[in-house]
Amino acid sequence: MFEIRIHSRGGQGGVTAARLLAMATLHDGKYATACPFYGAERRGAPIVSFVRIDDKPIKIYSQIRQPDMVVVLDTSVMDVVDVLHGLKKGGRIFINSAGKREFPGFECRNVDLTGIALRENLVVSGSPILNTPVIGALAKMGIITAESGKLAIREMFSDERNVKAADAAYKEMSA
Amino acid sequence: MKKIATGNKAVAEAVKQAAPGVVAAYPITPQTEIVEQIAEFVTGGLMPTRYIAVESEHSAMAACIGASITGMRTFTATSSHGLLYMHEMTNWAAGARLPIVMANVNRSLGPGWNIWAEHTDALQERDTGWLQVYVSTVQEAYDTILMAFRIAEHNDVLLPVMVNLDGFLLSHIMQPVDTVELGDFIPDIYLPYAIDPKHPAGYGTLTGPDQQFKFRWDIERSMRDSVTVIEQTEKEFAKRFGRRYGFTEDYRVEDADVIVIALGTLGKEAEVAVDLLRNEGIKAGSLRIRWLRPFPKLNLKGKEIVVIDRDYSFGFGGIVASEIKAKTGISLYSVIAGIGGQEVTYDDIAGFVRTRRMGEEFWFGVNAHV
Repeated sequence: MFEIRIHSRGGQGGVTAARLLAMATLHDGKYATACPFYGAERRGAPIVSFVRIDDKPIKIYSQIRQPDMVVVLDTSVMDVVDVLHGLKKGGRIFINSAGKREFPGFECRNVDLTGIALRENLVVSGSPILNTPVIGALAKMGIITAESGKLAIREMFSDERNVKAADAAYKEMSA
Repeated sequence: MKKIATGNKAVAEAVKQAAPGVVAAYPITPQTEIVEQIAEFVTGGLMPTRYIAVESEHSAMAACIGASITGMRTFTATSSHGLLYMHEMTNWAAGARLPIVMANVNRSLGPGWNIWAEHTDALQERDTGWLQVYVSTVQEAYDTILMAFRIAEHNDVLLPVMVNLDGFLLSHIMQPVDTVELGDFIPDIYLPYAIDPKHPAGYGTLTGPDQQFKFRWDIERSMRDSVTVIEQTEKEFAKRFGRRYGFTEDYRVEDADVIVIALGTLGKEAEVAVDLLRNEGIKAGSLRIRWLRPFPKLNLKGKEIVVIDRDYSFGFGGIVASEIKAKTGISLYSVIAGIGGQEVTYDDIAGFVRTRRMGEEFWFGVNAHV
C-alpha cells in the first residue's frame, strides 16, 4: 500500500487533487481511497487530505500516520504545520515551489504549479488552480501514469487548459 | 460502470436508479450531500420524482408517510439530531407498515456539538420496527440501498428499512464503486392496502385493547419473515451483479479463537487487525454485523468475543455488546471506542484483542476497565 498526505489551504483544491488521484489510480487498474480530514475547515485554513493506493481493496478508514509521500500545494502551510510529521524514512516529497528544496533523508521534487496555473490562466475567484497541474507532477514521479492522469482530469473538467497545465508540470519537473 | 464516489454520492446514485415517486428531506451534516445530489437529479430531469423540501425532519418523515400510504415508493435521508427529531414519525411509519427507505449517516448526538461518526443515533431507533443495516464501504452503501427498496416493499415485509453509514468515515470517503444496470431487480411497488386519493374515504384508526397487540405481533411476524426475504434478495443480487452479502460479514472466523465484532467501518478495519494478529500467532477473526434488525443468528460457542461499540446505553453498557450477550449468553470483552468520531486504528483494534479481559468493559482513551 502507498499512502499519501496532501497539505493545502481550504479552497486550493487539495481535496479535488485527492479525488483526481484516486480516479487516475482506478484507470491504472488499482484500488484507491481518498478522504479529506474534516474538521473546522474553511477557506484559507491549512487542511490535509489522504490518498491510499493498493493492488487490492483498501479496508483502512483511520488516518494516515506514516505516509510514504507528502504533497505540499502551498509552502506557507509549512510555517504552521510540520508537513514531514510521520513521513517514512526515505519518503518522497512533492512541493509546489519554483525553487529546489532539500530535506535530508527524504527525496524531494518540485514544480512551480502556481506559475503554470497563472500562465494557463487557471484562476478561480482569484486563486490559481493547483489540483490539475499537480496530477502531471505526480505522474512524473510515477505515482500514476500520465495517461490515467489525463483521463481523470478530462472526466472532471471540460476545459483542456487543465490537461495542458498537467502536461506542463510533467515536463517542468525538477530532476 | 466503475467510478470514484463518496458514500453519500453512491447512495444518491442508487436512489436515482430506484426512482422513488417522492423524496422528502431536510439537510443535516454529514448527510446533506445525499439530498443535495438527489435534488439536483430531480431538477435535471434524471429522476421521475417529486422532491418535497420540508422545514424539519419530523415533516420529512410525515411527508414520506403521506406519500407512501398512497402506494408510492419513498426515500429520505438524515443524521443524528434529524433522526431523533423524526422519532415519533419513524414509529408511525413502521406501525402503518410503510416500506420507506432511509439512509442514516451515523453521527454523534449533542452536546457537545459533534458532527462525527457514532452509532447511538440509529441505535436509539432500534425498537421502532424499522429494519436496520450497517454498511462498511461505498460499494456496499450503493448495493444495500438498491436491496433495501426490494426488501422493504416485499409484501411479506412491508416495513421501513434504515441503511446506516458512518459519518465522514464513509459518507465523505472516495472509493471505487461499480454501478449496475438495475433491470427489474426492484419490482414495481404494490401496496395491498394503499389509499387511493381518487376515491377518498374516511378511516377510523382508533385501535382498542382487543386489537393493538395483534398489530404489534404482526410487525414482529413480518420482521421474522424478513429474514427469508433478505436472504433471497441478497442471493438474487449476487446472482445478477456478482457481489454477495449476508447478515454478517465473516472474516477468518472459522478456526479463530477470538473474534472481534463491530458495526460499519470499524468492522471493516478490524479485518486488517485480524491479519496483524494472525501474523503474531493469535488466531483472530472478525465478524461484522450488517443487519442489526432483524438480529442475526450468531454461533459464537467456544470463541472469545471482543465487541467494539461506537455507542453506549448509559447505566447499562455498550448496546451491541449487550444485545449479543442477551441473545447468546456468552461472556465477552466490551470495548467502547470511536464515540464522536474518536480515531480508532487497526493497531488499536489489535491492541484490544491482545489485552482483552473477558467479562469486563473498557473505555478506549479513558483507559478505564470497569
